[in-house]
Amino acid sequence: MSGRIERTNDFVVLFANVNGSGSASANRIFTRSIIRMGVPVGSRNIFPSNIQGLPTWYEVRISQAGHLGRRGGVDLMVAMNPQTWDKDVKSIDPGGYLFYDSSKPLPPSKFRDDIHVVGMPLTEICNRQYSDPRQRQLFKNIMYVGALSALLGIEAEAVERLIGELYKGKDKLIRPNLEAFRSGRDYAEKNLKDAIGLKVRRADAVGDRILIEGNDAAALGALYGGATVAAWYPITPSTSLAEAFQRHCRRYRIDANGKNKFAIIQAEDELAAIGTVIGAAWNGARAFTATSGPGISLMQEFIGLAYFAEIPAVIFDVQRGGPSTGMPTRTQQSDILACAYASHGDTRHVLIFPEDPRECFEFGAKALDLAERLQTPIFVMLDLDIGMNDWLVKPLAWDDARKFDRGKVMKFEDLEAGKDFGRYLDVDGDGIPFRTYPGTHPTKGSYFTRGTSRDRYARYSEEGAVYVDNMERLLKKLETAKKLVPAPIKRRAREATKLGAVYYGSTSVAMDEAIAGLEKSGIHLDTLRIRAYPFADEIIDFIRDHEHIFLVEQNRDAQMRTLLLDTGRIDPAKIVPVLHYDGTPITAHFIASDISRRIQEYGRTSIRVVAS
Amino acid sequence: MTYISKPKLHHPKLAQNSLGFTHRDYEGKVSTLCAGCGHDSISAALIHAFFELNIEPHRVAKLSGIGCSSKTPDYFLGQSHGFNSVHGRMPSVLTGANLANRDLIYLGVSGDGDSASIGLGQFAHCLRRGVDMTYIVENNGVYGLTKGQFSATADKGSKSKKGMGNQDAPIDLVGMALLMGASFVARSFSGDKKQLVELIKGAIAHRGAAFIDCISPCVAFNNHPGSTKSFDYVREHNEAVNAIEFIEGKPEIKADYDPGTVTTVRQHDGSVLRLRKLAADYDPTDRNAALSFLHRQQAAGEVVTGLLYIEPNSEDLIERMSVTKTPLNRLGEVELCPGSTALEKINAELR
Repeated sequence: MSGRIERTNDFVVLFANVNGSGSASANRIFTRSIIRMGVPVGSRNIFPSNIQGLPTWYEVRISQAGHLGRRGGVDLMVAMNPQTWDKDVKSIDPGGYLFYDSSKPLPPSKFRDDIHVVGMPLTEICNRQYSDPRQRQLFKNIMYVGALSALLGIEAEAVERLIGELYKGKDKLIRPNLEAFRSGRDYAEKNLKDAIGLKVRRADAVGDRILIEGNDAAALGALYGGATVAAWYPITPSTSLAEAFQRHCRRYRIDANGKNKFAIIQAEDELAAIGTVIGAAWNGARAFTATSGPGISLMQEFIGLAYFAEIPAVIFDVQRGGPSTGMPTRTQQSDILACAYASHGDTRHVLIFPEDPRECFEFGAKALDLAERLQTPIFVMLDLDIGMNDWLVKPLAWDDARKFDRGKVMKFEDLEAGKDFGRYLDVDGDGIPFRTYPGTHPTKGSYFTRGTSRDRYARYSEEGAVYVDNMERLLKKLETAKKLVPAPIKRRAREATKLGAVYYGSTSVAMDEAIAGLEKSGIHLDTLRIRAYPFADEIIDFIRDHEHIFLVEQNRDAQMRTLLLDTGRIDPAKIVPVLHYDGTPITAHFIASDISRRIQEYGRTSIRVVAS
Repeated sequence: MTYISKPKLHHPKLAQNSLGFTHRDYEGKVSTLCAGCGHDSISAALIHAFFELNIEPHRVAKLSGIGCSSKTPDYFLGQSHGFNSVHGRMPSVLTGANLANRDLIYLGVSGDGDSASIGLGQFAHCLRRGVDMTYIVENNGVYGLTKGQFSATADKGSKSKKGMGNQDAPIDLVGMALLMGASFVARSFSGDKKQLVELIKGAIAHRGAAFIDCISPCVAFNNHPGSTKSFDYVREHNEAVNAIEFIEGKPEIKADYDPGTVTTVRQHDGSVLRLRKLAADYDPTDRNAALSFLHRQQAAGEVVTGLLYIEPNSEDLIERMSVTKTPLNRLGEVELCPGSTALEKINAELR
């Protein structure tokens, strides 16, 4: 028997459940009660593509220091799924704890001798207290929350208040839930005293932070950014983004006559979804779609059209494991190249990478501005981890003085005043032409929209020189985009170093913890978080200024690395890929150990360089 | 290909509509289609219909897919915005455009390759949604721009110009439109301008999804022995046929006929269409009757034209979705952004 892990406000709990058993709401109460005690929590669902019956896990990272990514390892396993028992027991860190339903005796071979086992006859108690089978199942969940609250020192009032809030409006559910919670708590207080060395202690580390899913936040971004048309096709993990937009619109976008200031189409497929977005944006409405990798594949032709015809479009890509019959409920950052070069012909697209739901909100609104300013598709690259998990983030903020940037649009007055209108004419030297909305003026400003095969005045032409002229302007527009997209975030190491780490998106939270850990072991890395493509010059400069760059990504092929090398300004040898792509969110342990190992591979010389 | 530009000047006494526009104000660029193409007749009918309806040209948005037909919006209503989108996907682009600005008139122009094959899905779904539009398929049974492959509306047994026999059953877009819930369904013939203009006018005035399947002969790729639409074939099977001796460069064929009769009409490619005007007792408000009538006449080898179905109290997508009267593309921050106070409330709910 190894020692007990003794930790306060810094540990990992993993719930192993059966999908569809009602565990999700109980687990959420567990997480929120800790947050209510002022202790930050990061929580993640690791779930199957299934409605009922398959294994699902819920990982809770409690960290007063605010490390809300996945750490790696498990301190306390709440093993509620016999199907995955062996794997679950195996995953507990030595000295950690196993909490399980001890109603049925299990042979000693089913346990480990280097962990601490805490059994509670949950089924037995439930069967005694409830006769309805569904109640037996549901209240078992809230009962283990009760037991855990006693074991970990979670305040009963925090949980009880949450139960009241959760079932507000369904008041007759409140009392039985409270009873189940208390019976679990009472049992643990009486029978399992001091069984677990992990404690939650009230703190003041949460502040005014909120708990929100990235998809919800992105939908709010679209709402605040003035999107009026949304077209989408259901696909995990993006569905809840479109549904959240609908919910928010019903609340905030009904006019005085009860009419909708929005139009949402659930399309017949992703092709129709992006087509509808393009049609709406061509006609001057702010429009978006939400999809995932397979949807991006289906949209390719249309995305190319929007690029060449210069039509704004916002595409939220909530990335998942590929392909269509792939890992729809698992997270990855594996659509980078598919989006950056989407479609046939020479195309390059603007991508923006939010690190968390707060940036989903910010970038969701900004993407609508960028799309109209640049008259091109903008990809907001979420992933399942950000999109479908509750993240604890700073509150969303909006400046009421902010105006929508509607880009370069010639109005009736401009045309009437005789301004020269050429749909593809670069009047300002930034590669961005003026456009007109259909129906603006009786005799001026109309044009026939095509991909290419037209000159600066949108007149039909298949002349080679005219084609090249247009393509060069589009490159210029991409240069302009570099200055408008979110700038990278750089962080200097405490000590001077020749090593750098580059990362993006949901990796951010695990990265922060990994860097802190590496620093403690004497490895110092400057970091840069990419927030957009095309790459700002300072990204390239950062890479050039360091001897080695660890590029952390959640895909197999180091897709961001390919994109960076495509700039032609970086020595490929210096970018070392650190890749995590098993479908679960990347962990701090993985990043730190992989980087340490690589540094050792480079030999002591390099390490000395680092340490000096 | 037509190389002669249209003269900019026109006769001072050209007829004007109530807006003071002449026909010329409804014209577009010079057509680049083959001389005598049926599609050009449809463009002419559209020009005529919009002129007669006294619609300001710039209040129309023209959307199309890919193909010969989809090029035509450049050749009429030059003051309207047009959008040559992607193959078979015009309906979704039009749907989005319609949602963005409900005040414009939406015209979707497509072909049988565009709508009956690659775009069959979008064709069906925009009709079932009841998008407020006039959707015209310029139907010639053949892929023109890629030089003569069968389209999905080609008759079974018909032979291609290269001698291949078509093995597949044809898709009848009118029947599809009826099944999908279109609220105005018509078929016409590009050689019958009189009928077509009236149908276009009716479709534009209609609220909801109006569909016109317009048989529009391809002068270049469908006049050969073995084609069910070739001159020789029809002459062999129908005595009413008049011989035509050449394909290209000939004036448009006109087919004027009285209601309630069946007329055989010589097409450009030499084939013959039997055009049946609807009988006087035909009830165009009975969807089921329209379907069975169509099936019966089709089995007899006739092509039924005219207004086949109209739903008098039709509704459209925007109305059904209860969208505000002001076009969505005119709403700004004040109307759309809930502001920081609302966001504070949202934040509070998430704690």
